[in-house]
Amino acid sequence: MIPELGQFSLILAFCLSVLLGTLPLIGASRNHLLWMNLCRPLTAGVFVFLGISISILAYAFATDDFSVQFVAQHSNTLLPIQYKLTAVWGGHEGSFLLWTFMLGGWMLAVSVFSKSMPIDFVARVLGVLGILCAAYILFMLATSNPFDRIVPLPPADGADLNSALQDFGFIIHPPTLYMGYVGFSVVFAFAIAALLSGRLDAAWARWSRPWANVAWAILTIGIALGSWWAYYELGWGGWWAWDPVENPPLITWLFGTALIHSLAVTEKRGIFKSWTVLLAILAFSGSLLGTFITRSGLLTSVHAFASDPTRGFFILVILGVAVGGSLLLFALRAPMMKSEARFDLVSREVLILGNNVLLVVAAASVFLGTLFPMVYQAITDDLISIGPPYFNAIFVPLMILLVLLLAVGPLCRWKRTSIAYLSRQLGKVVLASLALGVLIPLVVLLEFSLAATVSVALAAWISLSLLGDLANKTANKSSRAKALKALPLSYYGMQIAHLGAAVMLIGIGLTSAFSYEKSVLLSPGQSIDLGNYVFMFNGSTAVTGPNYVGNEADISVSKNDRPIGNLKPQRRLYLASGTPSTEMAIDAGFFRDLFVTLGEEKESGAWSMTIYVKPFIRWIWLGAIFMAFGGVIAAGDKRYRRLRKRELERAATELSGELQTAS
Amino acid sequence: MELHRRKRLGIILFITAGLSVAIGLTLYALSQNIDLFFTPTQIAAGEVQAGQRIRVGGMVKEGSFVSAEDSLKVSFAATDYANDVTIYYEGILPDLFREGQGVVVEGAIDAAGLFQASRVLAKHDENYMSVEVKAALDAAGATAENHTSLAEN
Repeated sequence: MIPELGQFSLILAFCLSVLLGTLPLIGASRNHLLWMNLCRPLTAGVFVFLGISISILAYAFATDDFSVQFVAQHSNTLLPIQYKLTAVWGGHEGSFLLWTFMLGGWMLAVSVFSKSMPIDFVARVLGVLGILCAAYILFMLATSNPFDRIVPLPPADGADLNSALQDFGFIIHPPTLYMGYVGFSVVFAFAIAALLSGRLDAAWARWSRPWANVAWAILTIGIALGSWWAYYELGWGGWWAWDPVENPPLITWLFGTALIHSLAVTEKRGIFKSWTVLLAILAFSGSLLGTFITRSGLLTSVHAFASDPTRGFFILVILGVAVGGSLLLFALRAPMMKSEARFDLVSREVLILGNNVLLVVAAASVFLGTLFPMVYQAITDDLISIGPPYFNAIFVPLMILLVLLLAVGPLCRWKRTSIAYLSRQLGKVVLASLALGVLIPLVVLLEFSLAATVSVALAAWISLSLLGDLANKTANKSSRAKALKALPLSYYGMQIAHLGAAVMLIGIGLTSAFSYEKSVLLSPGQSIDLGNYVFMFNGSTAVTGPNYVGNEADISVSKNDRPIGNLKPQRRLYLASGTPSTEMAIDAGFFRDLFVTLGEEKESGAWSMTIYVKPFIRWIWLGAIFMAFGGVIAAGDKRYRRLRKRELERAATELSGELQTAS
Repeated sequence: MELHRRKRLGIILFITAGLSVAIGLTLYALSQNIDLFFTPTQIAAGEVQAGQRIRVGGMVKEGSFVSAEDSLKVSFAATDYANDVTIYYEGILPDLFREGQGVVVEGAIDAAGLFQASRVLAKHDENYMSVEVKAALDAAGATAENHTSLAEN
């Protein structure tokens, strides 16, 4: 009975979404206040019923209700409770429910934190989101209902959650990634609402900016968590594989990064309007594309859910209607978007334009590489795959160019900047960066590598010009501390995020250049040297877990005869599904990771294992944390709230003026 | 106005030039990095040149897996139930590698005519068959289902 309640509230959420997607929009176009005001209560209703629905699914997992097909496929009585609850997103149906619930959460946030926006705008934003929400729920009810029952004979026990998913990373990565992904729907809805109302002004950009920043920050964390999780769970020693399902979040992130920069120009200078709207549409399309690729099963990938062509087709229809419709609207309204402001060839506008072009080209090349095999197969019927070398060859040079611009942008002024000023500011920075780039890898790691030199030099280029800018901004003030305090939060947000790029660069460069990896066969008592470390295999013991059995190896690590610690990787066999799984052991550190994955035991008692030494790999994710932190800080700038208030007052006076003329 | 137009022209030219370079480089990189997919039958027919980097998909033939006792060298046969190709690999196989399961292998045929694998991929979800494995079996006119049932009989 209870699962039926879950389905029932899903249907109710659908009905409310349909109302939300129609009445407030009609109200906004007819200037009907009552209908517009419906948007907030309807949004709350959608959120509540989606919440009930997902809670009931979680309850079905917690109580081992194997008569529900989705539960029977993804859980088991032996599964620990934290994985039972999170198995909600362990398969296609449930994870789509989570996705829709996240959208509901964002909609609720918009309805709560939009008190200062005019009601017709809020009604349009929530109306557009309501249409999306209705489409998603319809998709679930029609093709992938998580509450489907197995009748008449439910299995006694479930098939278990995929063993690779039984890990802490699985608890946090999917919700974070979805939340970031879905956040771009909000920015998209803001853009569509602005197109519908024909009011693409600085106010619209200002309203969108905090939302875009927060969505971008969460997406950054979501992607970084995915990278970190794949790194330690899949045990292949890499942090990015250019997998067809990894790529769409990256495409969305690249568009999103371009968008938050372009929004800044639109807000401050009133230009790039149509470009910003286009980027909002593209970022949103990226998130839908990700859903399509994951769920259609058209591309081979580690993430692919069991494929079902009807699902892929349904999502393709949603994608086509949403993207096609918004582009059509864009084309109809684009001539209205006139930009009056002018700027010189050397100005912050042009640098941000450069940033946007590079990011969009990067996103397009990743898109091309990801979808090319599918298109190629459709045309020639031959199967091909595009390897990481393609992505690296395109992506790395583009990102180097981007970083070169990144340091100059914040130093530049709007409208125009003199080249003499820039060269005065950056001359010393160039020399210092080159020197640091050559010296640091040599001193720290005693080796030379071009990749390391380039990335350290670029990181120094960002950090030093950032320090120079801070020094400039505080130079003429009486007290430096006071001057630092007076700088707005959005400035700090930008600089922290840029510093994050520098930190990430160091991580990427040094890990790529100085990692060691070796697969070996070791008998108990044997040891191996790798990158200044000695790994000694002491033997293996049998272990038993709640739902698996396995072996654990004991490897002691030392450097220069000084013991560092013991690594205990496991090889497990999950009982319910019969699938083997390796649990790598990591000794994580700020400057290096050491890790071991187990292969298999030979008859002689020797084990095959792969040993990795990864310097500076943590810096990659640390950089992502910096970026996300910067994005959130910038969104918290009090300027947004203050300006909003002023604008509202102006709108109120205008409205009362209109009313007076009318009467 | 004249100056303004010239600047705008400059920007447009700059963007066009940048885009053309980017597109040119992208297409070049793409053409250099296409890994063609072959079935065991195509390899048996000699369609692949030595040294060409390719992907092969098929099922791991029952009873074909051999692993050296004192090193990480392994070999196994990938089959589409019409022809087999023997794969040589040195390293640790993925968790889900098993006889009778689908596998996709990246590598090249060496001078001696042996297929040396550089990477072995087995699927993450045991219920899911890779597009490539399925294509190989379809091409050979076989499906996994009737062969699994044959193996059971």
